[in-house]
Amino acid sequence: MSESFKKTYPFNIISIKDLGRKEIESILDDASRIADGLYPDNALNGKILALLFFEPSTRTRMSFEAAMARLGGRSINLDSIEASSLAKGETLADTIRVVSGYADIIVLRHPSEGAARLASEFARVPVINAGDGAGQHPSQTLLDLYTIKQAMPIDKIDIGLLGDLRYGRTAHSLAYALSLFNARIHTLSPRGLELPDSILNELEENGTEVIPHEEINEVIPLLDVLYVTRLQRERFPDSASYVNIAKNFRITPEILESAKDHLILLHPLPRVDEIDPQVDELPCAKYFEQSKNGVPVRMAMLMEMFR
Amino acid sequence: MNEDDSLRIRPIENGTVIDHITAGEALNVLRIIGITGTTKESISVATNVQSGLMPKKDIVKIDNRELLKEEVDRIALISPKATINIIRNYKVFEKKGVQIPKVITGIVKCPNPRCISNANEPIESRFEVLESGIRCLYCEGVITKDISQHFM
Ligand SMILES: [Zn+2]
Repeated sequence: MSESFKKTYPFNIISIKDLGRKEIESILDDASRIADGLYPDNALNGKILALLFFEPSTRTRMSFEAAMARLGGRSINLDSIEASSLAKGETLADTIRVVSGYADIIVLRHPSEGAARLASEFARVPVINAGDGAGQHPSQTLLDLYTIKQAMPIDKIDIGLLGDLRYGRTAHSLAYALSLFNARIHTLSPRGLELPDSILNELEENGTEVIPHEEINEVIPLLDVLYVTRLQRERFPDSASYVNIAKNFRITPEILESAKDHLILLHPLPRVDEIDPQVDELPCAKYFEQSKNGVPVRMAMLMEMFR
Repeated sequence: MNEDDSLRIRPIENGTVIDHITAGEALNVLRIIGITGTTKESISVATNVQSGLMPKKDIVKIDNRELLKEEVDRIALISPKATINIIRNYKVFEKKGVQIPKVITGIVKCPNPRCISNANEPIESRFEVLESGIRCLYCEGVITKDISQHFM
């Protein structure tokens, strides 16, 4: 890792926007080495990670715990029931100040947007954001990027973002990160669930071309990566209109017939009906691989924080 | 300040004159520098003043208070062409333009109800100033229009 990288590296990982292209590449390179078994398994021996989950997210929490354990560190937990009663009694700022005295690093999941930023202002130890409401979830973005990088160089890819692009934070963060890698972004979403203007402006400022599409068959052949996000029932007026629209956004083996050979298909999971289970057997289906990649990517993040 | 203006507003002995405020924004300027109906300063306000071929403008005079740099810079958010004259003994002691700050603290309320800056936490709101608007440093939400609607 270069000296200049060390100096500019933030002490916390709150938003993917805190990281530049260099920093992202460095974490992804570290994650590759870690996935190949090239890491000291006592790297974080004696270190304690505090997992503060103010809303449940079992997978993210287990993935951080697994990452910490593989590096020889230990985790302490505040589960969501304790957390919710704690949240009634005191400010997040106070909780963070107290927990800073128990642990060497804090991983926070919280329903309020900006909670992790606030935590980083009151913590005396590094903070990693593991999701704040509809806000940021940088470890998810890094593992998405890592999964792309396993299949192809990230630079200048054509990526399709499919589904609820208005509320889908994973798509926003990934789009932002890919704008640092000169991607071309194709979007396909139900009416009313398009990418918000604020996100479009940001992508444009980074010089990224965003091409909206209306037809799934028209977009598939153009893509190197297809990123599918969940369509949530509650975003639709009634369940009939959900069913109606969801079927136009469902990925099936037939739809993928026109795809490039090297296309990969990603989904942040859990999925509902967005991807036909028959697709799971196709070589392009990388979403389970993607979720497994959470561990080496989070190990790389943790090691970075203690460097 | 020309003859025309001085007929509308009397000169002040000591204090601040904020001139060239975007027409219609005078009351927002007062709000942004924390002057409300209950503060004790003596204030004169003129709105939609036309002078010569210049576009209409607002003027605010505040007796016995010299605005600080950071107060002045907040004004830039809603009125980037405003000029500030610090008056001492009826004379312009110092004249300055406004400069848009990089970060605004505690003036704007984030419109996102789920933003932690709206929860009961010991912090002030903070926004980063962009070309196209301002961005909440907590939830990262962007306000592009009618920023003065979101003043506290
Ligand atoms: Zn906010």
